[in-house]
Amino acid sequence: MNVVSVRSIVEAVLDPEIPALTLGDLGVIRDVREGKNGFEIDVTPTYSGCPATRVIHEMISEALIKAQVNHFDIKKVLSPVWTTSWISQIGKAKLEAYGIAPPNPGKSGPKSCPQCKSGSLSQISIFGSTPCQALWRCEDCLEPFNYFKCL
Amino acid sequence: MNDPRFHLALRMGDNSLILAQQNSKWCGHAPTLEEDIALANVSLDLMGHAQMWLGLAANIEAKGRTADELAFLRDTQEFRNALLCERPNIDFATTLVRQYLFDAWHLEQLGLLCAGSDISVVEIAQKAFVEVQYHRQRSSSLVIKLGDGSAESHTRIQNALESLWPYFGSLFENSDNDYILFKAGISELPASLRTRVVEQLSADCGQSTLTLPDSLFYHKGAVQGHHTENLGYILAEMQYLQRTYPSSNW
Repeated sequence: MNVVSVRSIVEAVLDPEIPALTLGDLGVIRDVREGKNGFEIDVTPTYSGCPATRVIHEMISEALIKAQVNHFDIKKVLSPVWTTSWISQIGKAKLEAYGIAPPNPGKSGPKSCPQCKSGSLSQISIFGSTPCQALWRCEDCLEPFNYFKCL
Repeated sequence: MNDPRFHLALRMGDNSLILAQQNSKWCGHAPTLEEDIALANVSLDLMGHAQMWLGLAANIEAKGRTADELAFLRDTQEFRNALLCERPNIDFATTLVRQYLFDAWHLEQLGLLCAGSDISVVEIAQKAFVEVQYHRQRSSSLVIKLGDGSAESHTRIQNALESLWPYFGSLFENSDNDYILFKAGISELPASLRTRVVEQLSADCGQSTLTLPDSLFYHKGAVQGHHTENLGYILAEMQYLQRTYPSSNW
């Protein structure tokens, strides 16, 4: 097993809160390298207090052990700081298809309703069901939806 | 502990930890569902920051203590949080204004720490900064709305501002360690932030018909571990499990 294949295993792990995204899409896998005692994997947390961070580390371990990679060390790195601009273009498209409006940098809210694409929107709640989401509503189709907060 | 960064990390960590603990008591009790979720989420962010700061303090101390041990096995006189953070929740107005005053200080403080010379401090400050921007946006827009709202909401926010004001100054109290940190280029002197923070608060108050208290008096001593009686009650609840069942784990 080489660094490239280990990286692809790690990046293919699904985010536990938003399983539409892989860790690769989310942009939290910062480095994979070969160290003295096996592979070293640098992972950065999304939100500081996000309970998913620990689960993410456990899921990476599980995926690697399943692929018979037994010697590895997962490290938490803080910088460069994760922001929503680390989410890949593919990741943003997957979010929208999943019904979550992707982060809209420089704007105070989402670009359009993920269901009917209308731009007539209002905010219901500045915080949502997970640390990364806010709750919005479409004024045309009247559906509430989650918006991936822009950091 | 001689390394002044230990004291900085402890102070930052304790502020976030105690405020998170206080806010989290609203979980399931806030006046509206949106506020309930907001308070829980802000607490979660602050708890994450506390974990990072206390983890840094534990690393610097290098005595084998963990962030959890620092949080759950210290007594009141060892805590370095500002007195504002330990004020009782009382009502939603007091809780909101406490958060509002804290956020204004917190964002300014983190911004300055981001420009400091110590990489381990800078990393945590940068991580927290982006989240605290969101906190500040929420608490200031709500304080402005409620200050300029009904007679009842105005009175409650104004009263909360006045009752918390003598504890707010505690965030800006200089300690001996702060002079060492300042000389090393790691952080600014806490007192030097006050003018800028108060300017921002005044600007908000101008938009919301609130009157910002102008007294410079505040209760001193938190930097030496002299706290109000309320911290004892907070720790009694927060530390109960570790004190009763030492070393218990999930």
